Amino acid sequence: MKVTIDGQSVEVEPGTTILQAARMIGGDLVPPAMCYYSKLKGSGGKCRCCLVEVAKGSDADPRPMPKLMASCVTGCMDGMEVNSKNSERVTEARKSVTEFLLINHPLDCPVCDQAGECNLQDLSFEHGKSETRFIEEKRTFEPENIGDKIQLHMNRCILCQRCTTLADQLTDKRVHGVLNRGDHAQISTCVSAAIDNEFSGNMIDVCPVGALTDKTFRFKSRVWFNKPFNAHRDCDKCCGKTTVWMFGNEIQRVTGRKDQYGEVEEFICNTCRFDKKEVSDWTIEGPKVFNKDSVINQNNYKRPLEKVIIETEKNILLGRDEDRVKISMSGVPLKNSNK
Amino acid sequence: MEISNIKQEINITEALMTRINELISHYPADKKKSALIPVLHEVQDAHDNWLSVELQQKVAEILDILPIEVYEVVTFYTMFNTKPVAKYMFEFCRTSCCATRGVEDLMDYACSKLGVKEGEITSDGLFQVVGVECLGACGYAPMLQLGDFYHEKLSKDSFDKLIEDCKAEKITLHDK
Amino acid sequence: MGKKILLDKINIPGIKTYEVYRENGGYKSVEKALTMQPDDITEEVKTSGLRGRGGAGFPVGMKWSFIDKKSGKPRHLVCNADESEPGTFKDRYLMEFIPHLLIEGMITSSFALGCNLSYIYIRGEYMWVFKILEKAIKEAYAAGWLGKNIKGSGYDLDLYVHVGAGAYICGEETALIESLEGKRGNPRIKPPFPAISGLWANPTVVNNVESIAAVPWIVLNGGAEYAKIGLERSTGTKLISASGHIKNPGVYEIEMGITVEEFMNSDEYCGGMIDDRPLKALVPGGSSVPILPAHLIYKTAAGTDRLMTYESLSDGGFATGSMLGSGGFIVYNDTTCIVRNTWNFSRFYHHESCGQCTPCREGTGWLEKILWRIENGQGREEDIDLLWNIQSKIEGNTICPLGDAASWPVAAAIRHFREEFEYHVRFPEKIKDRNHFVNEPFEKVRHLIGKQTV
Repeated sequence: MKVTIDGQSVEVEPGTTILQAARMIGGDLVPPAMCYYSKLKGSGGKCRCCLVEVAKGSDADPRPMPKLMASCVTGCMDGMEVNSKNSERVTEARKSVTEFLLINHPLDCPVCDQAGECNLQDLSFEHGKSETRFIEEKRTFEPENIGDKIQLHMNRCILCQRCTTLADQLTDKRVHGVLNRGDHAQISTCVSAAIDNEFSGNMIDVCPVGALTDKTFRFKSRVWFNKPFNAHRDCDKCCGKTTVWMFGNEIQRVTGRKDQYGEVEEFICNTCRFDKKEVSDWTIEGPKVFNKDSVINQNNYKRPLEKVIIETEKNILLGRDEDRVKISMSGVPLKNSNK
Repeated sequence: MEISNIKQEINITEALMTRINELISHYPADKKKSALIPVLHEVQDAHDNWLSVELQQKVAEILDILPIEVYEVVTFYTMFNTKPVAKYMFEFCRTSCCATRGVEDLMDYACSKLGVKEGEITSDGLFQVVGVECLGACGYAPMLQLGDFYHEKLSKDSFDKLIEDCKAEKITLHDK
Repeated sequence: MGKKILLDKINIPGIKTYEVYRENGGYKSVEKALTMQPDDITEEVKTSGLRGRGGAGFPVGMKWSFIDKKSGKPRHLVCNADESEPGTFKDRYLMEFIPHLLIEGMITSSFALGCNLSYIYIRGEYMWVFKILEKAIKEAYAAGWLGKNIKGSGYDLDLYVHVGAGAYICGEETALIESLEGKRGNPRIKPPFPAISGLWANPTVVNNVESIAAVPWIVLNGGAEYAKIGLERSTGTKLISASGHIKNPGVYEIEMGITVEEFMNSDEYCGGMIDDRPLKALVPGGSSVPILPAHLIYKTAAGTDRLMTYESLSDGGFATGSMLGSGGFIVYNDTTCIVRNTWNFSRFYHHESCGQCTPCREGTGWLEKILWRIENGQGREEDIDLLWNIQSKIEGNTICPLGDAASWPVAAAIRHFREEFEYHVRFPEKIKDRNHFVNEPFEKVRHLIGKQTV
């Protein structure tokens, strides 16, 4: 099947969604996705960030679709033509979804551990504006303790429901879920139970915002001051392939290995994530590759360290030729020598 | 998440269990969870019209589902109470049609008569005035729901009468 | 007197009971249907032109023909009795006073669709109606209309009532299915449509009470006969729930095609305005549809008579028209404050949003907060445009139609009553009291808007 997105065509298998097709093409036309997660079955469709315009339904039925479609849950049809970044309507819709996501968000990025690797920050950077039209009081939630490994900040949550889907699919007894409804809907265990499961830590990795963060890493460092290395160890519970986030020789945080869309390649167990913080626990493979505009990349830590030689050093010590002439007494012309 | 710390006495009687099993039998054997909402209604009615966390856990046990699945449902639907409520909870419909026919004035009247604010329970635990959204009685406004029944085309006088009837225990809340 | 199909027997004493219902020709359609081919029943319903009575008006026969019969999975018919659209109370009336009509319709329709397990999903607040239906179903089982091998035909059907617990969103068919599965009422992402994968992933048809209650008549008298009633594509009769400032609020069965003016003023129906005050606005199809100002109620913008049909009520699009929707006919007189009423609707949608998708979850609350400020004298001039902008960004961008339903009333109120919003913003001291238009209707203060500019 052939699908065309923003003028670029790609051949896809039946059952591929528009978002997946866009990711196959890559580049700017890939719609942002806050709730869809390719490794979680049934995720997506909720955040409405990935809306696209279907200008032509298919070769068989070329009518355009009247509404914008969530690209993560809309299947491709043969001959379908889609507008993503090319469409004014789509840009407008993404801007408004961004605004809706931010009106009740605390905007506490300066103290948020997710800052620097937050999908909502990226989305706002791309589609947000610098002023707000929301003058009402923001909605807030009572803090809830869900154990000593994971920190829940409900005020930052965008209700993508990745974490509950993950708990359904990766763990056998889900203890947290979505309670209440409407704009009071919240992620909670209801009874302040500790979420204690060998794979619960993955909730942190799938959370697109700072709602679920690593309690063992809390306020330790800004993510961009850490140096991420891909590492592995023999683990009997998971693949053991992780990214370790170093500060000097200290491993401050362990996460799954994320791809360019922020999705982990494979889920890891809590032992690897929380209990293995010694360098000796890991075989370091090498620095993790990042997008060119990632804040983490600004550290440029990948460049090999070599002795710095400043070529001009010798000459600096010598001073300027002109000055050298001046301080050389013999070179100082006599006042009357010109005359 | 607000949960009540008040202890609730759980009493799943034989009659209640029979009714629960009847409701479960309405669904295919492997779809027991479908009976959740009807079962919660029955259980709530038998337990002073509210569902404590312990009671919800009990329901989860009966239906072989996880407690969180029950919490999720209970907090989604407005008819389930997670905190104790008054014996007679007057649920006034305050959506447009009732509002145009004077429900707001009637609610003010009810509150001042009972000496409570909206949502509060009177000190004797008997009465409570609550505003809810459309109950589907728009043509018979203003109206309120009390237990399983509607009291429609209300006036101040008929509301006074209703309170008297409640005090005299002449009102049936549930049709069993 | 217009023709009655659904309510013709409503005044017979004891029609609630099985015996009386049966003596008056009840369950005849089941007897007839069992001798027919199921697909022929679907064809009759198609011919009848019956359109879904829940609000969207999608042809019922067409919906039935989409059900997946090839996969061999069990099929289900679910009756949507989660009537919660403000202004609508017709289904309750049918179920409360003539419950066997719905049950008869369910049996006939289930037979046409080849369903062996069907449900009626009723909203939790109608608890006493739930009990009435349960009792009626027991009677039907006892009389052999339900269960195994119905009347020796070899057809089996189990029918149960499922009760909800207070959520408007469960009127959306996929949310209703979720709720029936014992989950939160979050609408599903479509496709797949319920006709392919609905209740427990089986092919499912969801129909409104009134739609299903019309099926027995169609089966007995033929689809062509039904299509003769009404006007053009709005065939048959429609139950209208009339409420608001009228003399005789209640449920009326009308032949489609009578004029709005007749419906409003004839003694057979609404009987005119209460206290004979002037008519200010009308919501013709439940809270979600656009509100109409007085000058667009009896006549369309083109100057023709406004009729009680799907087409005539939506004549003029959203600019000068509205929709028949679920038939929740709400009438407002000149003492009504449109801003307060719009806030009231917005509060309703804010309260009922399921919270699943972003624009609806965040947007409905925002709309309500702004409208509340305007209504309480803290509005700013720019808030009116802000409201307009927010509603336009919710509409069409959500998973289910609740987002649209929350947007349209706000849009229509601003479109037709902008001056009233401006008055609220500019004269906050005059609108302090919530009954501010009772003694001083807007018509009396309208001139103030023209005098003051900002």
